[in-house]
Amino acid sequence: MTARPAGGRTVAVVSAGLGQPSSTRLLADRLAAAATAALRDLGADTEVVTVELRDHAHRMVDAALTGFAAGALRDAVETVTGADGLVAVTPVFNASYSGLFKMFFDLLERGSLEGMPVLIGATGGTARHSLVLEHAVRPMFAYLRAAVAPTAVYAASQDWGSGGSDGADGLTERVARAGRELASLVAARPPARDRRGAGDADPYEDPVPFERLLASGGQ
Amino acid sequence: MQFGIFSVGDVTPDPTNGRTPTEHERIKAMVAIALKAEEVGLDVFATGEHHNPPFVPSSPTTMLGYIAARTERLILSTATTLITTNDPVKIAEDYAMLQHLADGRVDLMLGRGNTAPVYPWFGKDIRDGISLAIENYHLLHRLWREDVVDWEGRHRTPLQGFTSTPRPLDGVPPFVWHGSIRSPEIAEQAAYYGDGFFANNIFWPKEHFQRLIGLYRRRYEHYGHGSADQAIVGLGGQVFMRKNSQDAVREFRPYFDNAPVYGHGPSLEDFMAQTPLTVGSPQQVIDRTMKFREYFGDYQRQLFLMDHAGLPLKTVLEQLDILGEEVVPVLRKEFAALRPAHVPEAPTHASLVAAARAKADEAEAAR
Repeated sequence: MTARPAGGRTVAVVSAGLGQPSSTRLLADRLAAAATAALRDLGADTEVVTVELRDHAHRMVDAALTGFAAGALRDAVETVTGADGLVAVTPVFNASYSGLFKMFFDLLERGSLEGMPVLIGATGGTARHSLVLEHAVRPMFAYLRAAVAPTAVYAASQDWGSGGSDGADGLTERVARAGRELASLVAARPPARDRRGAGDADPYEDPVPFERLLASGGQ
Repeated sequence: MQFGIFSVGDVTPDPTNGRTPTEHERIKAMVAIALKAEEVGLDVFATGEHHNPPFVPSSPTTMLGYIAARTERLILSTATTLITTNDPVKIAEDYAMLQHLADGRVDLMLGRGNTAPVYPWFGKDIRDGISLAIENYHLLHRLWREDVVDWEGRHRTPLQGFTSTPRPLDGVPPFVWHGSIRSPEIAEQAAYYGDGFFANNIFWPKEHFQRLIGLYRRRYEHYGHGSADQAIVGLGGQVFMRKNSQDAVREFRPYFDNAPVYGHGPSLEDFMAQTPLTVGSPQQVIDRTMKFREYFGDYQRQLFLMDHAGLPLKTVLEQLDILGEEVVPVLRKEFAALRPAHVPEAPTHASLVAAARAKADEAEAAR
């Protein structure tokens, strides 16, 4: 594919790992690094901004109850919705994403991830849970109308001890392939900072005139 | 500038003793609070409208009519009147009747309501919320201004040759505020008609309301009702006071921590930093309220939420004494000193009648 003119891109990383250190964060970092490397090959410099959901846990509960995100959580939300691409990684709990992971995406304004290139990943104890990515995580992002990369990367505990490049489908290969897919989705769109204000009119700056509201029955 | 109180009318257990007032007690308490508002020199009492427990005020004009009979100066208003699920014809009739009984001491605040099941209970669809608010108010506006109305819309039975009675007192409809916490469409609607805009800012950060009020002001000017700083803005506020701020915090904390809206969420301290909630001394409330003017410009109506979160009636009445004696007199003086001469007061029945007469005289002179 043709690379668009080089320009600064931002990839936001959302990690819902709870441990310190966390294997979820480890996978998230590797996915972000793979995407960054692939974007560099396409001629784009990329900045990675990581949101550790654990840091915002209390404020996410507050926001669920009050209806607004405050302080650092608001910044995190803006980082994610304003990025060029998103790496979203969750631990698998009870055959699904973790509550903390879901809670963050529940806080986003409707439409704010529309068209966003997303690379999804998950971690768990055994590979038996890997389809959680396809049955739970991917449908959530499909609902949010994000553009999810075809390859989703699951890392079981055992993957961290397997050889990197011996098998065709080792974790390293999966991460690299997923990174390339995210990079091509990101590179295919104009940079987020140029898109702002173009497609999505700000309803507080540029309201629908009243005569039109009245004529259309307010729709 | 007008100062007053607004009540949601919730029946909430007092978290300090577990006691829940009966509906009867709560309704009588709302009346006692309204009478106290007049006694301590406030200008406005506004009641919410709800159609589900644990809220009592389903019939605002009944309550306001009763309060009107027992007060002399207090303006009776709503917070809010559901323009979506009420029949606009019935709103026109009920509030015109109230306006006559109260000798003009009536205005109302329209809102959409955010309780999803209320829409189907009243035969409406919540997805039509904005559309209902736009169309129903357009009809209400005409019913109060045209003696005979022919009308057809999407949401209601058509009208042919309909006259809403009684006609508004002195031919002047009650002033209308449009209440919204997030919809730019409602700010646009208020601006189009030159009506008031009430931003209930008590649960969210100020940055959001600066944008919403800024939009209303710009569009008010756009539609030719005056300059942006002459638009008619109302704001909410939420306070709890004691002479010593530590006492206020200590007494209010259990009510905050268990409040239905934000309880078990942010800490009292976080919520005070993020929203207009002020728990402290009367001077702190004065300082905080004066800040609203800096954030939103000179405005016309300040309503405080005082009877919520299960606070007992006795405490609420004490709070109203403090508000009326120590806070509002200072705010009146300070706001008045800062207000430029071209910024109007909130319209009242008397000022609207005077304006209508002046306009009629002008038309007469031009002939």
